Amino acid sequence: MRYLPQTKAARKEMMDAIGIDHVDELFVQVPKKAFVDGKCDLPDHKGELEIERIMTSYANENNHAQQNRFFLGAGVYYHHIPASVDYIIQRSEFLTAYTPYQPEIAQGTLQYLFEFQTFIAQITGQEVANASLYDGATSMAEAALMAMRITKRSKVCLGNNIHPQYNEVLETYLRNNEGAESYEANESTDAVQDDTACVIIQSPDFFGKPHVYDAWRKICDEKGALLVVVINEIVSLGMLPPPADADIVCGEAQSIGVPMGFGGPHLGFFACRQKYIRQMPGRVCGETVDADGNRGFVLTLSTREQHIRREKATSNICTNQGLCALAFTVHMSLLGEDGFKQLATLNHEAACKLADAVESIKGVKLVNDTFFNEFAIELPEGNNANDVVQALADKNIIAGYPANENTILLTATEIVTDNGINALVEGFKEVLK
Amino acid sequence: MTNPAPLNDNELESVMEINDRTRGLNYDENLLWEKEHNDTAGVDLVPIAGTKSRTGVAQRGNIGLPQVSEPEVVRHFVRLSTKNYSIDSGFFPLGSCTMKHNPRLNEKVARLPGLSMIHPLQPESTVQGAIKIMYELQNWLAELTNLPGICLTPAAGAHGELAGVMTIRRAHDAKGHTQKTIMLVPDSAHGTNPATAKMCGYDIRVIPTKETGRVTVEAFKEALYATDPKGDDIAGMMVTNPNTCGLFETDIADVVDLLHEAGGYFYCDGANFNALVGKIRPGDFGVDVMHINLHKTFSTPHGGGGPGSGPICVAETLRPYIPTPIVVKEGDKYRFERDGERETSCGRLKGYQGQFGMHVRALSYMLSHGADGLKQVSEDAVLNANYISAMLKDDYHAPFEGPCMHEALFTEKYQAEKGVTTLDVAKALIEYGMHPMTVYFPLVVNGAMLVEPTETEGKDELDRFINVMKKIAYDVRSGDTEKFHDYPQAAPVKRLDELKAAREPKLRWQSV
Repeated sequence: MRYLPQTKAARKEMMDAIGIDHVDELFVQVPKKAFVDGKCDLPDHKGELEIERIMTSYANENNHAQQNRFFLGAGVYYHHIPASVDYIIQRSEFLTAYTPYQPEIAQGTLQYLFEFQTFIAQITGQEVANASLYDGATSMAEAALMAMRITKRSKVCLGNNIHPQYNEVLETYLRNNEGAESYEANESTDAVQDDTACVIIQSPDFFGKPHVYDAWRKICDEKGALLVVVINEIVSLGMLPPPADADIVCGEAQSIGVPMGFGGPHLGFFACRQKYIRQMPGRVCGETVDADGNRGFVLTLSTREQHIRREKATSNICTNQGLCALAFTVHMSLLGEDGFKQLATLNHEAACKLADAVESIKGVKLVNDTFFNEFAIELPEGNNANDVVQALADKNIIAGYPANENTILLTATEIVTDNGINALVEGFKEVLK
Repeated sequence: MTNPAPLNDNELESVMEINDRTRGLNYDENLLWEKEHNDTAGVDLVPIAGTKSRTGVAQRGNIGLPQVSEPEVVRHFVRLSTKNYSIDSGFFPLGSCTMKHNPRLNEKVARLPGLSMIHPLQPESTVQGAIKIMYELQNWLAELTNLPGICLTPAAGAHGELAGVMTIRRAHDAKGHTQKTIMLVPDSAHGTNPATAKMCGYDIRVIPTKETGRVTVEAFKEALYATDPKGDDIAGMMVTNPNTCGLFETDIADVVDLLHEAGGYFYCDGANFNALVGKIRPGDFGVDVMHINLHKTFSTPHGGGGPGSGPICVAETLRPYIPTPIVVKEGDKYRFERDGERETSCGRLKGYQGQFGMHVRALSYMLSHGADGLKQVSEDAVLNANYISAMLKDDYHAPFEGPCMHEALFTEKYQAEKGVTTLDVAKALIEYGMHPMTVYFPLVVNGAMLVEPTETEGKDELDRFINVMKKIAYDVRSGDTEKFHDYPQAAPVKRLDELKAAREPKLRWQSV
């Protein structure tokens, strides 16, 4: 077996040193009934060639984005990733390092985490950020739990149209907290009450509409609730005003540097005001000095964390999304100030083009007239969104997300071409009744 | 031709400054924001057309992001990478973390466009191969654990714990067992265990294990019946097995019988599954729920702190309650459960279907090893740890008796007598070019040093580590201890002031 370096002779020598004749003598404490009789009922080991063949055959059964006209988003976005990103994240020193528990030999990881935190703080307009969470959905749930800790209240107000899966995850996280529950405001600030821990606003919302926060900020201040903003297309912040007035900004940063990958690994991010850092979940990197007074970085504020506080920790998070945070940081470094904004604008322009094109189809209506790179369309009566999306998939067009019976969410990123848009329009014309 | 001018004071100072921190292959690398702001970005995007904005909100102004060219970006990160220790560069005996070789094959297959460039919400007919991979992985995990209910969605070990304990809670709630409010957790447990139980609304009761390093039947009974003669208020227990002291829980069969009698569930933290894989099946020693760290036992790269993946495996009785979505097979088609299809589920725990990229890598690893290779994995992992234990037993205090499993626990007892602590030993290992073991964990002994060699180290590498450890112990015994407090000297930075970092938190770059 190619991954196992021990030789028969070495094993024998080691057993002699230990004073045993057979390796099973080391397992004497395990109950007999727990041993596998012989081997597990699974195939024996295989070489690289065979495995590449097997995995390629699985891959070939999928219809991937490059083989399609692609207009699907709904929280996961198809963007171009510069070649250097994947090259850097595959450096052994990054890929095969552990969480930086020994900072003197992990400054590479720690410095990029510090840079990642800076990027997230700047992009969201917040004071500080942590070193990542699992994904957008869990980061929103963690934000709600943090708001509940800070306000000592247990009601979570869902201000507008939030990603349905994010809401489901929130519900799961809240379920076991005595008295905790979420409720919908349907964009009415009247819904914020004296027992509201936080209001969550998604922008752009699930249907792609950008929001402003002034009215929400005002009512939150009046009622003593926190304002949480969730972003699931982080590229939008290259064009839209940052949610600087929010208390917590969380969401998904997969769009920068991380492939869609069938839903993961992605990159949750979490930013907030400085005054709340001791209530923040997850790992945080901070600057310090070494014994010579030179700058260095360490994981810090660990008194919030499970390995110190155990059941009193702010969250149980341990391993999170380190390497995805590196991919983001490399991609952001390449984009820079101008590139990030230009990328955002290109996305918006592509979406404007797409909107114009689909509006020209008879019977198709735009649901939201303001958007960033995603919007909803209503299909002509008698058409089922699921069926339409399936019919277009059969024509190698991944058309979008069926949000309900007759609504489809369409996304256009920088990857969309004029030909692609034409193909989609033609496709719609063919399949729509 | 004129004579070149000598360096002026400023120029000279700049060279001295560079030479002070950048020598040979050691680079001083500043932050991106401290580099000169380039006119153009490190990407060339097509020009914008100037379309009228339809966002309905104001345009964003200056953000303050840095801007550098591509070569500068690549050099920046490559230089940073040289400041990291990694499993590809050397022995990494971090206990409880299973730092084993990460085969590149797994990286290669995970990057196939058919696996990396697919969207989680594509029509299922267009992603049958991807769903099939998840189904295959479910089957492998079920066979290796003998626990038939598998949910792949948890994003990491701690997230798997959350999934597992929520499953337990959901099962109790479904049966109306609301009196079960206590989770038993030994004091040697990972911090994530009590933190998770708390997140699921349970009170924690600690089982003391200090004397033997194990959960004894006596200590367990005391905890189980402390407030109710039948243990009726106990929801379950969370035990790592093999435990964090590197020992198999010898009383586990009796303990589990008592727990089950009281109606509690046994959550097994799977962080140490590398000691068992392919040889011993947790479902056969009474486990009801277990998470598996794919980034430990199944070798998906740690990536400097994730992404991980923590699927849970459960017994048949708990299967109705695991998180959604799971993969089901109908005829020759694969699909995810529909929303609301399984009302008993404890709910959705993550967006989409889990860390699929890690599922691909783990399956590739499993196929590479097969049933025969995986059995050899646990045997070699346990043999390696016991070899280290045998070779170092005179130099370092081993707090507990008997063969260990895949990791060996020592304490600072002998060295502390001479004023050298576990932290000093760890930093000395850095000086010798090795990654330290896990330090100060588990908490049940003073100055713990937990050594996990894994199966992907040969005897030569183990001997090198053993010799270094013996040399350190020898120096301490000989009274040559002063130097230990100043280690490391050879690392890119010297010992870092962690107290300052926590007291004056500086978590981002800011312009002065």
